[in-house]
Amino acid sequence: MRYRVFIHAAALFASVVILAPFGWLAYSSLVGQSDLLARPLRWWPERVTLDRYREIFSADQGAAALFRDAVVNSFLVASGTVVISLVVGILGGYAVARLRFPLRRTTLLAFLVTYMLPPISLIIPLYLLMARFGLLDTRTGLIVVYCSLATPFTLWTMSNFFATLPVELEEAARVDGCTRLGALVRVILPLARPGIVATGLFAFLLCWDEFLYALIFTSTGNAKTIPVAIAEFTGRNAVDFGLIAAGGVLAALPPVLIALVFQRYLIGGLSTGSLKG
Amino acid sequence: MSEAARGVSEAGHRVKTSRSGSARLAYALLLPAAVLVFGVVLYPAGRALVISFYDVNSPFPGAYPFLGLANYAAVLSDGRVWTAAGHTLYFTVVSTAAELVFGMGLALLLAAPLKLRWLFRSIVILPWALPTIVNGAMWRLILNAEYGVLNAVLTQLGLADGYRSWLGSDPFVALNMVVAADVWKNTSLVAFFLLAGLSTIPRELYEAARVDGAGAVRSFLRITLPLLVPTVAIVLVLRTIEAFKVFDIVYVMTGGGPASGTQTITFFTYLQAFSSQRFSVGSALAYLTVLAVLALAMVYLRLLRQRST
Repeated sequence: MRYRVFIHAAALFASVVILAPFGWLAYSSLVGQSDLLARPLRWWPERVTLDRYREIFSADQGAAALFRDAVVNSFLVASGTVVISLVVGILGGYAVARLRFPLRRTTLLAFLVTYMLPPISLIIPLYLLMARFGLLDTRTGLIVVYCSLATPFTLWTMSNFFATLPVELEEAARVDGCTRLGALVRVILPLARPGIVATGLFAFLLCWDEFLYALIFTSTGNAKTIPVAIAEFTGRNAVDFGLIAAGGVLAALPPVLIALVFQRYLIGGLSTGSLKG
Repeated sequence: MSEAARGVSEAGHRVKTSRSGSARLAYALLLPAAVLVFGVVLYPAGRALVISFYDVNSPFPGAYPFLGLANYAAVLSDGRVWTAAGHTLYFTVVSTAAELVFGMGLALLLAAPLKLRWLFRSIVILPWALPTIVNGAMWRLILNAEYGVLNAVLTQLGLADGYRSWLGSDPFVALNMVVAADVWKNTSLVAFFLLAGLSTIPRELYEAARVDGAGAVRSFLRITLPLLVPTVAIVLVLRTIEAFKVFDIVYVMTGGGPASGTQTITFFTYLQAFSSQRFSVGSALAYLTVLAVLALAMVYLRLLRQRST
């Protein structure tokens, strides 16, 4: 009995510690500026408003408009990266999981090592290179760079996932006259759907969260992603806390929704994808 | 098992492909990934090494003087580098340790027979999903010296005499606040890793321990902890590598200040390269960071291999 009370109290305490900062962020985005700047702070707001969100959706210029452009950029860059890195990762992952070839293990390790390299070590030459090819401040440039980040991850998790599927089904399809690729598309991919979904979601979150490359490689609303827009606006020592908070809420919404809706996939992916050698 | 699958045992010998054919297909399938990854990684990695031997001080191509190892010598004898390395080490050790301790607590709670367990699980996953930059901006609002809610709560509850600057005056306080924000976010990731480890421990062990009269604390120390060691080791190395590269949260919370008190290695490298245009010094620093991270990665891979055998 005491044990049951204890775990519920502890869970309640942990929930409060986790939810309070979120609550403050959402609250700051919704109350009037004078409520945020009051000293001593009022705990019951005089004004509740959706103005900042309206501003972000409709403004033509300024910080609010940049937030909107940045959300769009983040979506396009993350989605483009997910599609490319998934296709490429599925093909490569299948090869690693099912085919025998010299240097198989070394190849996989080489991909893994690039995944662990700190971006700061590549960013200087990449910057010089992208400047030369006119890729700075473009979404295409970011997608190319993000694919190099996401592909080792998709390849690794997909190969782990393929390895868990029974070989017999595929062989049966090939007995029935399918080629290897035909069997991959018709038999393996439908079975691997949960793994593909989880991997794609992780890759999306990875891109949505990335900051260092985006900071260096983008300079205007053409390609700036949402983390860059928020960091920039926050760093200016602006006192428009409400707008920062609203931008933060919008930036947090897609990953938070993904995490809540797909928890089962993601938690399963966490434990199988990264822990199994 | 479908009818088709049963047929395999008889027909299996017919689907043997030649070894070289299968290797050729494998390379073809791996080619797109290899081009994409190694094209964007290997060339820059090589270039960075070359740049680190010269004195490149502008983004434009040109003839720059060759310095050999002088940049490395300059980096290693620069006091600011060692200070930044100290901050990185402090950040890494304290945040990883705190995340492991709190993460273990959360994992045990997640595995416990809670009512509304699904709700608790959904709450715990939230900080993990929050983008790092938003996390930093959020804590910057909360910790604001003049209008932050933390100051308001502490003074109104009588726990503090007045408002104080958490991020702007005392470097050590600021560094600890950055650590706290990182711990708040990443504990949930660690908790889910540990939860996955917990679920592999057979339930019978706990029942046997209870029959033998062991209490909860004793079975945690004697069963849970020892069997979680491999998981803990992997989480430890993964988090260490991540923490070692820390940049985003420092950038958004403190900008490296006050008095450079929260500058980490990555942050210092960034400043050298992109504020001072000292691309060569930056590259040398980056290479030294890579060596450190690769050493950690080797440990990680060894642990993985031990686990799989």
